[in-house]
Amino acid sequence: MANEVAHAADAHGAHADDHFHPQWSTYWKVAVVLTAITVVEVWIYYIPSFVASKLFVPSLLIMSAVKFAIVVMFYMHLKYDHKLFRALFTGPLLIAIGTLFGLMFLFGKLAIRLGLGAG
Amino acid sequence: MASVAKTDPHHAGDAPHAHPPTSTGLNHRKIAVWAFIGSECMLFVSLISTYLIYKGKSLAGPYPHEWWCRATNTIAKSAAELGQCAPAETFKPILNIPVTSASTFVLLMSSLAMVLALAAVENADLPMPSGAWDRILRSSKTWLWMTAILGTTFLGFQAYEFTSFVHEGLTIRTNLFGSSFFTLTGFHGAHVTVGVLWLLALLGIDYKRGLKPADALNVDIAALYWHFVDVVWIAIFTLIYLIQ
Amino acid sequence: MATMAAPVSGVHAESSSPSGIWSWLTTVDHKRIGILYLVSAMFFFVWGGLEALVIRLQLAGPNMGLVSADMYNQLFTMHGTTMVFLVVMPLSSAFFNFLIPLQIGARDVAFPRLNAFSYWVFLFGGLVITLPILFGLAPNGGWFGYAPLTTKAYATGYNIDYWVLGLQILGVASLAAAFNFITTIINMRAPGMHLMRMPIFTWMSFVVQFLVILAFPAITVALVFLMFDRFFGTNFYTIAAGADPLLWQHLFWIFGHPEVYILILPAFGLVSEVLPTFSKKPLFGYPVMVYSGMLIGFLGFGVWAHHMFSVGMGPVADSVFSLTTMLIAIPTGVKILNWISTMWGGNIRFTTSMLFGIALVGLFTIGGISGIMHSSAPADLQQTDSYFVVAHFHYVLFGGAVFGIMAGIYYYFPKMTGRMLDETLGKIHFWTFFIAMNLTFFPMHFAGLYGMPRRIYTYDAGQGWELFNKLSTAGVILQGVGMLVFLYNFIKSWRSGPVAGNNPWGAPTLEWALPSPVPDYNFAHIPTITSRYPLWDQKADELVKSEAETTVGGRLKTAKELGIPMPFPTIRPLIAALLMSTMLCSVLFIHAGNLPLAMTIGIGSFLGLAFTLVSWLTSPLE
Ligand SMILES: [Cu+2]
Repeated sequence: MANEVAHAADAHGAHADDHFHPQWSTYWKVAVVLTAITVVEVWIYYIPSFVASKLFVPSLLIMSAVKFAIVVMFYMHLKYDHKLFRALFTGPLLIAIGTLFGLMFLFGKLAIRLGLGAG
Repeated sequence: MASVAKTDPHHAGDAPHAHPPTSTGLNHRKIAVWAFIGSECMLFVSLISTYLIYKGKSLAGPYPHEWWCRATNTIAKSAAELGQCAPAETFKPILNIPVTSASTFVLLMSSLAMVLALAAVENADLPMPSGAWDRILRSSKTWLWMTAILGTTFLGFQAYEFTSFVHEGLTIRTNLFGSSFFTLTGFHGAHVTVGVLWLLALLGIDYKRGLKPADALNVDIAALYWHFVDVVWIAIFTLIYLIQ
Repeated sequence: MATMAAPVSGVHAESSSPSGIWSWLTTVDHKRIGILYLVSAMFFFVWGGLEALVIRLQLAGPNMGLVSADMYNQLFTMHGTTMVFLVVMPLSSAFFNFLIPLQIGARDVAFPRLNAFSYWVFLFGGLVITLPILFGLAPNGGWFGYAPLTTKAYATGYNIDYWVLGLQILGVASLAAAFNFITTIINMRAPGMHLMRMPIFTWMSFVVQFLVILAFPAITVALVFLMFDRFFGTNFYTIAAGADPLLWQHLFWIFGHPEVYILILPAFGLVSEVLPTFSKKPLFGYPVMVYSGMLIGFLGFGVWAHHMFSVGMGPVADSVFSLTTMLIAIPTGVKILNWISTMWGGNIRFTTSMLFGIALVGLFTIGGISGIMHSSAPADLQQTDSYFVVAHFHYVLFGGAVFGIMAGIYYYFPKMTGRMLDETLGKIHFWTFFIAMNLTFFPMHFAGLYGMPRRIYTYDAGQGWELFNKLSTAGVILQGVGMLVFLYNFIKSWRSGPVAGNNPWGAPTLEWALPSPVPDYNFAHIPTITSRYPLWDQKADELVKSEAETTVGGRLKTAKELGIPMPFPTIRPLIAALLMSTMLCSVLFIHAGNLPLAMTIGIGSFLGLAFTLVSWLTSPLE
């Protein structure tokens, strides 16, 4: 990916010194990847045996996390932008995700198995 | 931790001449928007958490993924499993995955249109290609319109979804699912609406005097907001719609 | 007020900015907005104090009948809500506004008009919550407003409506201000003002703004649910529909605990300015102070459920939240040790400001220690909902936040007004406050341990509580006396106090290089900073231009004469704030059963707001 991005940026001679935005081709490739992941997400939703398996929820979570990260990194160009913006976003995001997990645990949506006797 | 003296040439010259340059070389509004987005993470986490906490806690249907018989207040995975239940008493699963998959796709594509709009504005002073088709593809108006239309389409899907849910017996007052679902997705829809208005304002400027590379920052800020709204939907689609 | 004259080393710092009520309604000057916050918050302070006085008179003896049980509920709800949201937060905001740009070497905040908007939204939100008590309709569900008790089913009147709407409005004010200050601190520092050279007050304020942007969304969502439940018939807190009674509590305390640090960290910052100045020593362990502030802020998001040990979350959750709560005592303790080390061996001057600062260190330590006591879940079960907890949080919020802010007021009054507060009256104020504070709140520890519960409007004799309650009531009356002395001093000194120079205290930070009061443009030229303590380490001419360059005919030059562009005053932020508040409050007519009127007012003010915003965004800033 990095090569393509560099290439895309170089292609814009006039802007090469300007910003390091990934340009056109990268944007389209990202869109294709996002679409592909979405198709897979919906597809596995319609496979009853997979829905019933233990892998269903984790795989969905991973796929949406990947989509999330791709949009943030490329479309919101956090990957190329000033590190300050990265800090301004990831710090709050981590606290928010921590809160989400805390709440899920407190309301019994997530169980912590301590292995202390029969739970 | 030391202050960053690195300048962002893209945004230099943005401030009026008489003002000292900013400490980071970055634009005020872009910093504020990123801080705003950080804050919005917490807002949507609170809304999503509530939905998840209340999942499966509604004492009466209709339910998101299950069939429900009102007369007997029983839940089942399929209509057949529900057994004897009068049609008027039978409520099908509320969430409509095919429709929402389509609207999800629409919103994803709007993000693509948005980045292409930004790229078009950034490159607005490069010589325009001669072909009519190429010109359309290079025009910021094309992609701003495209984003706004896709965003509006998403809102149309949501309006359709909401009205059909109401017809199927689910309102914001029906049960915990209805309250938390409509509030969460309604909040998201309100964000999309604000985004569409923002895009229309940018289009207004574009028609009035044309968006130049110097305006890229303004488009960038709108785009950050737009993509964030998209990113929230990515989470909602998985957590609320797909996971049963 | 703006025309107050103050010679600055022989030169009149006569403010050239216009005066009169209109200039205050349209101001976008961060210093004036800071003063507006200060004056409004002092007004609410008196208001909330009077509420506390009535509460204490009612509790002075067993079975008193001064107020009804319902009125008592309104009083304690409003006392808490007022002191948290309308006193300590806006007093902190007064200092954020006034000080942050001065401390970092900026001419204003990043978004001056948004700043004015924040203030007006705060004022309208405050009035929505405060005024109903005059009609016996004040919120009566406690400052924490636990749902489902605050839902329509249990609270049918308008009381809670005002609370819900008022807090939503106040949240908008805090959030808008926070984005503004984050941007200001990141982006408007003078050359050389590295992050690790920033005054510690600015640092603590910086941390607080992040707490605001992350904590307020949680309560916003909780309040939206409550608002929807009350006005639109949703079920978020309807137990009969399967709702979880803990949802509100969790969302509230996810906000509520960081809120504690939102209240205390600005005071910590102020004291960290005061102690070095009056000890003539740099702050001990500056980087540690910065990092401990950040750590407190971060850990503050992982302790919220310690407010809920008594609801039965289970041993794992209780243990985890006990542990994180105990952890957070470490960075806090580090701060206490650093303050003591700052004073250690210093050349201490016991000004009023310093006395308040030193008192904070002691009183906060007491409050902190009782806090650690209830970080342990089993101990907390004994103490929760008793006066022991009331004693604890008044030691941290009165002995901590209010004393820190008082230290700040005595310290910065000269910079704000150009005049000194009277030190004799100040010391009378300090000693009455110090004695009264301990007289009021120390006995509450015992009342609590003897089993006296919170939020009861009266009690029977013979339970061993009479003496402690008598002492507490006497303490509050004495606090009132201290407050009167302070207000007298404040008004008298503003009018005719001795003129302060640029730097009456020999303080080290940048704001003291400027004339007092500060001209509207702050810095005639932006200084270059090479030290954490520029006024101690740098030459004056590196920081400010010579008098010859900045004055003309014995007065300071105006911004125009210096060629500094200033933002235009504008009434739009006030109008936008008013319309936004009206829009939110229109739902009150739904409660009254008049949906058409609610819609008319709501949509009308929304359109007005949209129009105002367009006009705001399209009008030039300067
Ligand atoms: Cu706490």
